Amino acid sequence: MTRVRDLDVSEIAAAVKDMCIAANYDLPGDVYDALKAARQTEESAAGKEVLGQLIENADIAAADRVPICQDTGYAVLFAEVGQDVHLVGGDFDDAITEGVRQGYGDGYLRKSVAEEPAHARRNTKDNTPAIIHTSIVPGDKVRITMMAKGGGAENMSSLNMLKPSQGWAGMSQAVVDTVSRAGSNPCPPVVIGVGIGGTIDLVTVLAKKALLRDIGSVHPDPRLAGMEAELLERINALGIGPQGLGGSTTALAVFIEEMPCHIASMPMAVNVQCHAQRHKTVEL
Amino acid sequence: MAVKKITTPLTDEVVKDLRAGDAVEITGVVYQARDSAHKKLVALIEAGEELPFELQGAVVYYMGPSPAKPGNVIGSAGPTTSGRMDAYAPLLMRHGLKGMVGKGLRTAEVKQAMVDNSAVYFAATGGAGALLAKRIVGNEVIAWPELGAEAVARLEVKDFPAIVVNDCHGGDLYEEGRKRYAKTV
Repeated sequence: MTRVRDLDVSEIAAAVKDMCIAANYDLPGDVYDALKAARQTEESAAGKEVLGQLIENADIAAADRVPICQDTGYAVLFAEVGQDVHLVGGDFDDAITEGVRQGYGDGYLRKSVAEEPAHARRNTKDNTPAIIHTSIVPGDKVRITMMAKGGGAENMSSLNMLKPSQGWAGMSQAVVDTVSRAGSNPCPPVVIGVGIGGTIDLVTVLAKKALLRDIGSVHPDPRLAGMEAELLERINALGIGPQGLGGSTTALAVFIEEMPCHIASMPMAVNVQCHAQRHKTVEL
Repeated sequence: MAVKKITTPLTDEVVKDLRAGDAVEITGVVYQARDSAHKKLVALIEAGEELPFELQGAVVYYMGPSPAKPGNVIGSAGPTTSGRMDAYAPLLMRHGLKGMVGKGLRTAEVKQAMVDNSAVYFAATGGAGALLAKRIVGNEVIAWPELGAEAVARLEVKDFPAIVVNDCHGGDLYEEGRKRYAKTV
């Protein structure tokens, strides 16, 4: 008989709180290294200056324990709950919500969630509710990833319900068009998450999950790895550059995730992320 | 790159001297205002009522800071996307607004209003909120504190780094810069 492990949800709340703060103060090492590498290769003087500011900004945020960006984001959480874990001490979603509330409060993070968006647009004042994507997985661990997703880049994202006949040519053009249209708005250099397949709900989650990969990692499927490289080259040829001032570094990375789709469909989502690619993961 | 030092409030003479691509350092007072504050400012103008600050020569900073830690003047304080204020900007320029600091694209209507009213649009580095906060030396909320990060604040800045994107002569750094570095693949 499989042993079931008890896990008190207060541990989840505490971990989420810590991740919200750390994600917003400490730029991940892969992003930091990518900014440094881009400063070496960037062709425009203004672009180099911007990349230098972003590196200095990350240093200040980490040293002074302040947010990298004032838009500390909507808290998006991906939770993988092992099926041999028994959650005790309260409701799972409530624990995550409480962690976000405490993290955004104690960490001096900005509260950027508005309720009743169609009319009142009242700030909920504690950055809740969080967006929580939960999946049940084998094992007796809980793995949670917190992403702080800023509004400026999210607004530039796109959902494209293409025809299967459009194929990769149509898909790749739609990705490049999305980045081209966004121009300076999403705080380039950006990271691009592309979801392909599924249905309109899942394709956007795939695009967001794609953003969790480390910059510099190569997709295990060589065909997708080649498509990522092609897209990165085309995007950087747009000339948008750091902050849109003109230059050769428009994106730091393009990541693709795919899944099966309906024979009649070709869903493709592009999730645009700013250079402040903030996320943290914990395993409990 | 040579840096032009400018002080606020801005005069037409200073604005006319600025060209797309110029790096500047701004010293003086700028007013923090973003979405909700703009909606309220425009409502006041349309109702013929007094504004919480003098618009003539003023510079607005499209920004909503994170909360200040104890002992700090302000939290992280980088620019937000300016395009969301496009619906309001031309009216403010007609009433004396001379400078806007933000990031991202403006509409043709806003750019034309800059030409018509001698105003200028600066970009500060988006996502450099920790660094930019160090150039803000004074911070006082002067209107609508209930809006939190969206309140209007009177910010004193010293050598605040920005770059001219749209000048009052029709120059556009976003367009020009992109053309310069675009390649065919």
